[in-house]
Amino acid sequence: MLDALLSSLVLAGALLTFIGSLGLIRLRDFYSRLHAPTKATTLGVGSLLLASALYFSTRGEGVSLHEVLVTVFLFITAPVSAHLLSKAALHLRLRSLAALPSEVSREGAGDSADRP
Amino acid sequence: MLTRFALPLAFVLVAAAFACGFWRLLVGPSVPDRILALDTLYVNAIALLVLSGIHLSSAAYFEAALLIALMGFIGTVALCKYLLRGDIIG
Amino acid sequence: MSRLLPHPLVALMLAAVWLLLANSVAPGQIVLGLLLGWAISLFSARFWPQTPRIHRPLVLLRLVGVVLYDILVANLTVAWLILRSPARLRPAFVRVPLALQSDLAISVLANAICLTPGTVSSRLSSDRRHLLVHALDVGDPDKLVATIKRRYEAPLREIFEPC
Repeated sequence: MLDALLSSLVLAGALLTFIGSLGLIRLRDFYSRLHAPTKATTLGVGSLLLASALYFSTRGEGVSLHEVLVTVFLFITAPVSAHLLSKAALHLRLRSLAALPSEVSREGAGDSADRP
Repeated sequence: MLTRFALPLAFVLVAAAFACGFWRLLVGPSVPDRILALDTLYVNAIALLVLSGIHLSSAAYFEAALLIALMGFIGTVALCKYLLRGDIIG
Repeated sequence: MSRLLPHPLVALMLAAVWLLLANSVAPGQIVLGLLLGWAISLFSARFWPQTPRIHRPLVLLRLVGVVLYDILVANLTVAWLILRSPARLRPAFVRVPLALQSDLAISVLANAICLTPGTVSSRLSSDRRHLLVHALDVGDPDKLVATIKRRYEAPLREIFEPC
């Protein structure tokens, strides 16, 4: 039972990690590619860490929760780096499949706020 | 079932994820693309370390994963800042 | 209270992080964690000029639940969109007008948008009135804006700016 649960968590995590990285290849402009690693990969690694916490907690040496720390850290930092990357891309005016918004071409180099 | 079947398959999938990341890192075409590829690679590295930890039943890999998470995030932010401003501090 | 213990919540959170790092709940570690949390929050107090006030803790809890659920759904959606043919995606930039004013509320909103339904917040306009959002697959931009406003912005207003 536990074995099946662990196996499915590990497999789901690895599969999501792979799909997220596959998105880097398959999607066709930078702004779309940005979605793949920030979402799928983060959840994939989260699921792997959950499996790890479960695995070490059930080996009889006490509860192991420090994997939670990495998960929380990843979930906090992923949106920040995604926001900064897309801001940098807008700043460089990378080619996009969607129409670039008018204010980007107008404002040009002026960037206003530091934080997301 | 876990060690016979799930773990090897998971290792293969994560290795394939590494390959995708490296491909994007080499091909580019733009600088943010490469930064994004690096970002993906460090998350993949965390996945690989966690899998190794389960495989070898050793908790020693946890600190390395945490450090990679910290350093990777700081690296991504610094590179983006460099693109946005032309320098990192200030 | 205010001088010696400027941010009790920050101190408690740091203590919790310490316990997770040490991976034990031995009494010695708890004392050490509380001590560290107190010292760090005292010495970093000047980085937190104003304490954000949380007015509705229950609404905050519900928002966390909603966001966690949305993260799960959004991830599966994005994975499916990647596997399906990418040529059929309809990416778009959408401008979301903001009703929030405080820095913290806008940050939390931007982070929630980044983690949820196929969207990444790209840029805050210089007058802080609009948030530019890139979405992976949009059918109807107005509906997306309405969803973001209803699901995330309204609870955030209740929590941080009840007026």
